[in-house]
Amino acid sequence: MNKKQRINMFLLVLPFIALVVVFNYVPLFGWAYAFVDFNPGVPLLQQEFVGFKYFKLILDGGNDFSIVMRNTLVMSFLGILTSPLPIIFAIMLSEIRNRVVSKWIQTVTSIPNFISWVLVYAIFFSFFSLEDGVVNKLMISLGLIETATNILGSDGYAWFFQLMVSIWKGTGWGAIIYLAAIAGIDPELYNAADVDGAGRFQKIWYITVPSLMPTYFVLLLLSISGMLSNGFEQYYVFQNPLNIDKLEVLDTYIYSIGIGRAEYAFSTAIGIFKSVVSIILLLSVNWLSKAVRKESII
Amino acid sequence: MVKQWKGLLFQSFNSGSLLVFAFLCAYPFYYIIINSLSDPAESAKGIYFWPQGLTLSSYEQMMQIPTIFQSVFISAARTVVGTIITVFCSAFVGYMVTKKELPFRSTIYRLIIVTMFFSPGLIPWYMLMKTLYLKNNFLLYVLPGAVSAFFIILVKTYIESLPASLEESAQIDGAGVWTIFIKIIFPLSLPIIACIAVFTAVGQWNSWADNFYLVTDSRLNTLQYLLYTNLKSNMADIMRTSASGTTQGAALASAGKVTPMSIRYAITVITVFPIMLLYPFMQKYFVKGIMLGAIKG
Repeated sequence: MNKKQRINMFLLVLPFIALVVVFNYVPLFGWAYAFVDFNPGVPLLQQEFVGFKYFKLILDGGNDFSIVMRNTLVMSFLGILTSPLPIIFAIMLSEIRNRVVSKWIQTVTSIPNFISWVLVYAIFFSFFSLEDGVVNKLMISLGLIETATNILGSDGYAWFFQLMVSIWKGTGWGAIIYLAAIAGIDPELYNAADVDGAGRFQKIWYITVPSLMPTYFVLLLLSISGMLSNGFEQYYVFQNPLNIDKLEVLDTYIYSIGIGRAEYAFSTAIGIFKSVVSIILLLSVNWLSKAVRKESII
Repeated sequence: MVKQWKGLLFQSFNSGSLLVFAFLCAYPFYYIIINSLSDPAESAKGIYFWPQGLTLSSYEQMMQIPTIFQSVFISAARTVVGTIITVFCSAFVGYMVTKKELPFRSTIYRLIIVTMFFSPGLIPWYMLMKTLYLKNNFLLYVLPGAVSAFFIILVKTYIESLPASLEESAQIDGAGVWTIFIKIIFPLSLPIIACIAVFTAVGQWNSWADNFYLVTDSRLNTLQYLLYTNLKSNMADIMRTSASGTTQGAALASAGKVTPMSIRYAITVITVFPIMLLYPFMQKYFVKGIMLGAIKG
């Protein structure tokens, strides 16, 4: 290929590189908002420079930051704690002999992963709301409870309830990757175990589980590095004035102070804090992975 | 004998609990469908198994919502246009980064991949979108995700696994990069293109946060967002701490317009329907995409 053709090739790719740069790199200049007291209508360069004022506010846990941080970490830890569930689900599913039944269960249980959080809310609302909720209506008509409980507007159940929602949405699909790993295990291993007289649970514990560990380990490390990002949508759709003390997480807080209350500086500072912490976490878990498994995850 | 009994016990317990979980995943969809097809008065009393007083009145009422057709159109448009743009851009860039002759090839590839690991944050992104006049602009739905790092990895890996001889023979015939991409690479990569297409299409159909952040013009609202606003119109129900009710809830109820439950069922059904209908056919592509991603990532 001659030089002109190579330049032509580069020119063909250029518009796409421009898109990447515009939407991913140009906004990084906006990090400057974190260092000024923002006045609307004044160009960024003429804003009053305040240095690390807003980062100090983060470290002091000011403006509810400590509560929001607590909620974020609680939800992430609950998520990590329940992260073996897809493995258990995959192992149970692989024990089903009938291929048609297991395929059907797999399809049905992974659909919730592919609906939007708005739809998830719509569904949980129709099941748990005070007046129209199936659960309340059913329990009252069966005489199990006397008055309806407002689960969606409850402060006390909020974390547990969101954990249940996440499990409902994610377990079936989360199992898919483990099912593929189980399908890839050499059947000779099981045959050899049969000869040695191993029972069902021994085979699961000594063959299946260890072969799933590498995959689990990578996913676990990735979820640790994403610990500060619970996502905006889930917590925002389920938020209401009664449970906001428990369900305001960093991603929703960035929205509510940034766009809702126009506190650009503090919101941007939290965004930077999140980005920096997740990069540090990612590099650390990657280092850990190299040390333990001699394999990098990124 | 004992061993057989234990096996049977395990099998029934195992299938039993899996079926319970499958039921918990499937029944909510069924419940909403039967209630949307029932007489609202019957539905309020509780319908669990079969539609009561079969009627399409909820759907007729739903069609009275002034913006409903516009929202369906916007959702469909962003799904179709967004998918075409993302598939084209990501496939083309994915192909180009496999070409050794491309100047700065590895720099370009790294520049794209690194975007997976950091995020500029909401406010800088919001300001950028405003500066680019993408606020209240249909392009905001389809442009930002056009060149996706994850999809580029998938395409690159796939193309590298294809035999190089096919491309070389075309080059000898004097075909340019463009012709080779359209005539040879694209058709050969259809399995991975299908993966990208279903991932993008479902993502586009489900998106509402971009709509929520950046659109104030109701003509650009998506179906998801319409459902969201209709769900949130009934804050009164949430605000009551018990069945006796508080003044707070009553005040909210009288202040805001509340969408009846029956209409909400109907909007929920039309929003979830495309996914439920197509998911069983799309599943194998999702599985393939996640597997390829897992091997590489």
